[in-house]
Amino acid sequence: MAAIQARSLTFTYAGADTPSVENIELAINKGEFAILTGPSGCGKTTLCRCLNGLIPNFYSGNIEGDLQIDGVSVKGKSTAELATQVGFVFQNPENQLFSLSVERDVAFGLENLGIPREEALKRVEWAMEVTGITSLRNKAPYELSGGQQQRAAIAGVLAMRPNIIVLDEPTSFLDPKSAEDIVGVIAKLNRDLHLTTLLVEHRLDIVSRYANRVIVMDKGKIALDGPPSKVYGDDARLIGIGLPRVTMLFHLLRRDGLAGERNPITVEEASEELRKVLGT
Amino acid sequence: MISVENVRFHYPGGPDVLNNVSLQIKDGDFVAIMGENGAGKTTLVKMFNGLLKPTEGTISVDGIGTDEKSVAQLSRDVGLIFQNPDHQLFAETVAEELSFSLRNFGFSEDVVQRRVTSLMNTLDLDRYSASSPFVLSGGERKRVALAAILAWDPKHLVMDEPTIGQDYLQKDRLRNFILQLLSQGKTIIIVTHDVEFVAECKPRVVLLSHGQIVGDGPAAEILTDSTLVEKSSLVIPQIAKLMRTLQNLAPPADIIDAYSARDFLASKLRSAATGSSEKRG
Repeated sequence: MAAIQARSLTFTYAGADTPSVENIELAINKGEFAILTGPSGCGKTTLCRCLNGLIPNFYSGNIEGDLQIDGVSVKGKSTAELATQVGFVFQNPENQLFSLSVERDVAFGLENLGIPREEALKRVEWAMEVTGITSLRNKAPYELSGGQQQRAAIAGVLAMRPNIIVLDEPTSFLDPKSAEDIVGVIAKLNRDLHLTTLLVEHRLDIVSRYANRVIVMDKGKIALDGPPSKVYGDDARLIGIGLPRVTMLFHLLRRDGLAGERNPITVEEASEELRKVLGT
Repeated sequence: MISVENVRFHYPGGPDVLNNVSLQIKDGDFVAIMGENGAGKTTLVKMFNGLLKPTEGTISVDGIGTDEKSVAQLSRDVGLIFQNPDHQLFAETVAEELSFSLRNFGFSEDVVQRRVTSLMNTLDLDRYSASSPFVLSGGERKRVALAAILAWDPKHLVMDEPTIGQDYLQKDRLRNFILQLLSQGKTIIIVTHDVEFVAECKPRVVLLSHGQIVGDGPAAEILTDSTLVEKSSLVIPQIAKLMRTLQNLAPPADIIDAYSARDFLASKLRSAATGSSEKRG
């Protein structure tokens, strides 16, 4: 049973002429780390809105096909119900934090769900622990760095004990070092907790090494789907996704007949490949 | 020219956000201001159009102190495009957003129409002319905000995090657009975290950390300085990292993007190929 399963999923916003996502067939298995990417307007945000129930609960339009989370259709589920199954982390952590302390923020969703106090406290401790923010528990969100804020937002989502986490460009507002740090946290959670992870990202340079799968959307449809080294071929370049720079370098060399078919996705892989060919 | 002399700044009762900052930006310069979250980058550029005034020191634009003009007057010369477009956008349609200030500055209606049409075209916004800016995606709203400022053709342009939310093709378009504006003699200042974008544009990089300038020089020099990069929470561009692993090829230090790496490696790969075929032959 797939963690996320879409069958012929199509959604057209009210007033729009064409569907924003069209005929999506997608199965993401438990424990996978998948990147969802594609040019602006390709439908990735719309697909995410289907996953957390904002569509059709808060955006009107016409939905067709079926979407199942852990084998159960999302039809008729409220966003609150879905929040315990699919945790959602947004671009800007400031929009997700509003309490006076980190601890309160992490507990916020649980209080809303009516989780008993004893259980809630345990979960909050655990969520702060696994995201490495226990020492920040009494700080106000505005006292935190962007990276720490994003960790707190992830902790708040984890406290709900979802099996799936969807992150919508969680690094856009962070400086590069904090971005690498947050992606490291996400990868660790995926590995240690077998948390099914769907990461919406443009910055493929820093995320590709962790993902077992990249899904590229274009014009509302899934255009490419597979392991990063397979997906980052010519088709991906033509769709216009920002390939890791070392991958791009190999595309350029291949055009001059100077590189083989392999697409390195990390500095280490690229270096190994070049040293092999150059005999250094 | 934008001239910053011994500037210190703090919000009332707060700690120093900027301390002892001095900087000269000449007309036609292309400068990227980089540094960690909270380094003081946005605070610094908000002084260029007078939105903030230094606590100590002076800022002058084209020889006139920013305390001698109103923000409205300064904005004619220094266009500041905010990081969050929602702080700037207010009109009901994209076309109105773009024409608002032009009408305010008293341009004739045919000039307004011509400029708005050409900008919407350049920034790929034509199809949204009658849409509300607020139904557009984040990346599209940023382009509307940019177009709205460009409409009145300020001499110096400051863009705060222009690449956030933009996909690769749009970043490429933005890069070409910046080059076009530079060729028209405009000064371009970007505040950014986007190391790979900077590695491809190769502007002068001014590095801020904890309110002070800690580095100022060509992108290839600053972005490959491990100590500076570490200090400012940046990372070394991927291609520069790759070049470091190939030290026995003695790559030039200024290779920080895929195109220059290709040029360098192509000759090495070609001679390696000839060498091995000679051995075989």
